[in-house]
Amino acid sequence: MSQSTQNRKLIGLLLLGAVGMFGFGFALVPLYDVLCDALGINGKTNETAVTYKPMEVDTSRLVSVEFVAMVPGKMPWEFGPEVKRMQVHPGELIRTKFLATNNTGATMVGQAIPSVSPGTGAAYFNKTECFCFNQQTLMAHASAELPLIFYVDPDLPEEINTLTLSYTLFDITVQMDSTGGSEQVKQDNQKTTKHSDFTARYSLGGGNAEQGVAR
Amino acid sequence: MKHWLYLLVGIFSPTLAASELPLNMTQGVTEISNQVYDLHMTILLICCVIGLIVFGLMFYSMLNHRKSKGAVPAQFHESTKVEIIWTLIPFLILVGMAVPATSTLIAMEDTSDADITVMVTGSQWKWHYKYFNEEIEFFSILSTPRDQIDNKAPKDANYLLEVDKPLVLPINKKVRFLVTSEDVIHSWWVPAFAVKKDANPGFINEAWTKIDKPGTYRGQCAELCGKDHGFMPIVVEAMPEAEFDAWIAGQKQAATEAAAQAEASLSQTLTMDELMAQGEQVYMARCAACHQPNGAGLPGVFPGLLKSPIIQGPVGDHLDIVINGKPGTAMQAFAKQLTAQEIAAVVTYERNAWGNDTGDVVQAADVSNFEK
Amino acid sequence: MNTTTQDTDATLDPVSHDDHHHDGPPKGIMRWILTTNHKDIGTLYLWFSFIMFLIGGAMALVIRAELFQPGLQLVDPNFFNQMTTVHGLIMVFGAVMPAFTGLANWMIPLMIGAPDMALPRMNNWSFWILPFAFFILLSSLFMEGGGPNFGWTFYAPLSTTYGPDSTALFVFSVHIMGISSIMGAINVIVTIVNMRAPGMTWMKLPLFVWTWLITAFLLIMVMPVLAGVVTMVLTDKYFATSFFDAAGGGDPVMFQHIFWFFGHPEVYIMILPSFGIVSSIVPAFSRKKLFGYSSMVYATASIAILSFLVWAHHMFTTGMPLAGELFFMYCTMLIAVPTGVKIFNWVATMWRGALTFETPMLFSLAFIILFTIGGFSGLMLAITPADFQYHDTYFVVAHFHYVLVSGAVFSIMAAAYYWLPKWTGHMYNDTLSKWHFWCSLISVNVLFFPMHFVGLAGMPRRIPDYALQFADINQIVSIGGFAFGLSQLLFLAVVIKCIRGGEAAEAKPWEGAEGLEWEVPSPAPYHTFSTPPEVK
Repeated sequence: MSQSTQNRKLIGLLLLGAVGMFGFGFALVPLYDVLCDALGINGKTNETAVTYKPMEVDTSRLVSVEFVAMVPGKMPWEFGPEVKRMQVHPGELIRTKFLATNNTGATMVGQAIPSVSPGTGAAYFNKTECFCFNQQTLMAHASAELPLIFYVDPDLPEEINTLTLSYTLFDITVQMDSTGGSEQVKQDNQKTTKHSDFTARYSLGGGNAEQGVAR
Repeated sequence: MKHWLYLLVGIFSPTLAASELPLNMTQGVTEISNQVYDLHMTILLICCVIGLIVFGLMFYSMLNHRKSKGAVPAQFHESTKVEIIWTLIPFLILVGMAVPATSTLIAMEDTSDADITVMVTGSQWKWHYKYFNEEIEFFSILSTPRDQIDNKAPKDANYLLEVDKPLVLPINKKVRFLVTSEDVIHSWWVPAFAVKKDANPGFINEAWTKIDKPGTYRGQCAELCGKDHGFMPIVVEAMPEAEFDAWIAGQKQAATEAAAQAEASLSQTLTMDELMAQGEQVYMARCAACHQPNGAGLPGVFPGLLKSPIIQGPVGDHLDIVINGKPGTAMQAFAKQLTAQEIAAVVTYERNAWGNDTGDVVQAADVSNFEK
Repeated sequence: MNTTTQDTDATLDPVSHDDHHHDGPPKGIMRWILTTNHKDIGTLYLWFSFIMFLIGGAMALVIRAELFQPGLQLVDPNFFNQMTTVHGLIMVFGAVMPAFTGLANWMIPLMIGAPDMALPRMNNWSFWILPFAFFILLSSLFMEGGGPNFGWTFYAPLSTTYGPDSTALFVFSVHIMGISSIMGAINVIVTIVNMRAPGMTWMKLPLFVWTWLITAFLLIMVMPVLAGVVTMVLTDKYFATSFFDAAGGGDPVMFQHIFWFFGHPEVYIMILPSFGIVSSIVPAFSRKKLFGYSSMVYATASIAILSFLVWAHHMFTTGMPLAGELFFMYCTMLIAVPTGVKIFNWVATMWRGALTFETPMLFSLAFIILFTIGGFSGLMLAITPADFQYHDTYFVVAHFHYVLVSGAVFSIMAAAYYWLPKWTGHMYNDTLSKWHFWCSLISVNVLFFPMHFVGLAGMPRRIPDYALQFADINQIVSIGGFAFGLSQLLFLAVVIKCIRGGEAAEAKPWEGAEGLEWEVPSPAPYHTFSTPPEVK
């Protein structure tokens, strides 16, 4: 083999490697989600509803579950849990709710992002129904009760006796609003379209981009 | 040889004498922070010993194996035995370091069975604390006057490490922190507790501490979070439990009184001068970091307020942006951060300061009506 | 061994795409713009890197001037943040990496007995796109709203939702830098794999060539990941994706994972070639063969492999599960083993040699000691519980400046002094070079050693103003900074003097030096090894 063919072959391989690594950079995005589920990084919980199969309730054990609501300063809603803390037996199906009120004079869309601490407990916190699976639209000055149904997996490691579930409520009105007439909103709508393209392509959990995509 | 020793002592004694100079990690006031300090000192010592041996050999060689001293190079250049020895020995030393490090780390991550939970929320550029079991929450903002930062006034002892409202905690209780952020990533760090936890927007992190001694402990944000990253300190006041309970009771009473005052302010009508005076105070504390003390803003980063469209436009739009913030920008919603009275004052101030001359006067009642 | 024959038949020449197979280079500016000669391109890279070193250094001096006293004196905090950011970017991508690429271009063909790099025209491209990348980056500083101000690590969402308008320019310039590095790396690999002289077997390769080969593989593996992550920043900021935005289902911590997956190997990209340089210089001035050649090769390879398993040690405070913290702590500590092997091998090389202390040797010895100090603080930082106190303080700043300035930069200086006679045909001014060394050595320690103390005492990094108890030490640090900056002008003087004239250098000016590069005359002719040398 002459040197220039050898060179070309090697260059081809190396370029392939570089392109492959560029792709790998993006592959890290879904890979990260998988690792988050497995290792409990950042306390990410299940993004779609799980079905509850009747199981043996471990009555010998009580786990505290705490609910925290985070409303960033830019989100003018009132949002909070009905009860802040409850004691549950692992395996027991629990129903609770959060309350939200839109204090402004305009229709707004909110998206709650859950996070469980300690992160290693997140995999054992299973939601069969959650308002965080969808975005929430509230009319001006309207209130809503947002249901949450969950159970704690009986396999929860012994050393975890408190699970804290936090919801951060984000204002995604701008991304969602498609009826506004202003230039700004039009631009934002264009952004939204692209957004859904990307979320679809990279299978991000960006359920806010399209109505009905489950989180 | 001896006079070298005297020289060394001579060079280092001023440094040793000046023990108030902060040169080492703080031992802190918790069991964990003491463990971390011990770990730090142990590893430092091990490194120093290894360093002395390696550098000692190097210097011996540099002094004695010089060509100018007639050294003739030896021929050896390989020895598998030696290579294995100096792979194994460091490995064993590392295992020795990893053992105490692992046990300390496990203790640090055990947030279970806390007595008190505090939610810590970072935002550009202040901290917000909320006691999980009480209806108490407040912002904690740098209280160093602008003049000291601009070198127009002498600096206090706690320059840049002082806040308007410190976080108050009881001693001898396990306190759990739930740390999160509203905008960018911040990091809540109090060296005396050996607690440093990132505040990630949308996610919560846990940390805990159990303080041994009452006192005031100071820290800073430890993750670059924008322009005023260097200006969002943390102050924790640790006190015995009885005092802490009294403080909680006092806070609740103060909250009730403040609510009553806010209610009363709705029916008050203040003069332009009163509003301007109060407004200037609020503006300097809350708005000047971005929009600058002279209202000029930073071109391309933070909009200026001099004759800007919002200032010149209707009062309603101005109130809207102050109360509800502006999504996608650093402009926060101040509805929950300021009272109606304060919002009225600052909007009045902005519309009439630095050459703005709308002449508009906004009262607390206007703000309250707008919010409805 | 026959050294140079410039009149080789062009058709036999493996790199005969070029038309200038006459004796000397063409004249004028077009020589430099169109050149495909590895020596010319090496020179261009080295000068570019030195200019960037001065620009990045000037930014460091702005930082140190502002920090000379507590209070805000010279610059506003937003501009301060731009200075720390651009200083970091320029030093990493503009100074250290191009300097190593320049050395690779100059020396690798000479060391392996090749007539040129394997891909000369790509070589020209990979250099000439660099100035544009940095022109874009630097010009963004003059835009309304300023240049990048989010740290060289550009953590989201500070760089996305909250970033300045010029972020697109930052992203674009990083893309160009990445393409340049990848092309450079491909060239190095193809040259080393395919163009070694007959008899130059793998285990006869000089260590500089070995370390660069491994570095090049690291570059090809991680620079595309950097390109990926800046692309995500771009789309998050301008095209409403939500890779790192929690509101859209993304995760800001994921940014840090992807960034440091690139970032940690990047750190080794900036130090492995240094190991190669020091492994060439220490034996030369000890007049003794390098101790443990093969263990050096294996240690370099293990460091490179381990570098992919430790990235999250930059993120212990982000809230990782305990198992993750333990894994990354253990892996990081493990890196100390092969690094230690290298240092022990250098000491063993010196042991019972016949040492002389010419300037390249002085810089190499300073490298070994100061890099080891940086290694010690690195080991301390690996201990997760202690890292909670060190993280994002000046202790970290001290650590990485010890490994990058008194490490990488000192090794580049050592290399420059070692090979200047070969490049220019003249010996450098010895007295001036010794002044440069001693001034640099003292000032670099005055500059960076006290940073350990302020860091331990609790001063966070990247702040434009600080509490009063840090004032004294910051003053010392700033004085050291200005002294170090000024000392580098001496280096410029030495280099210019050396180019203009000086004592003529022999083909092999260093008694104990080994390698093919010393078998060609000094200065190295424009074309060398057109007929491959025979390596015994």
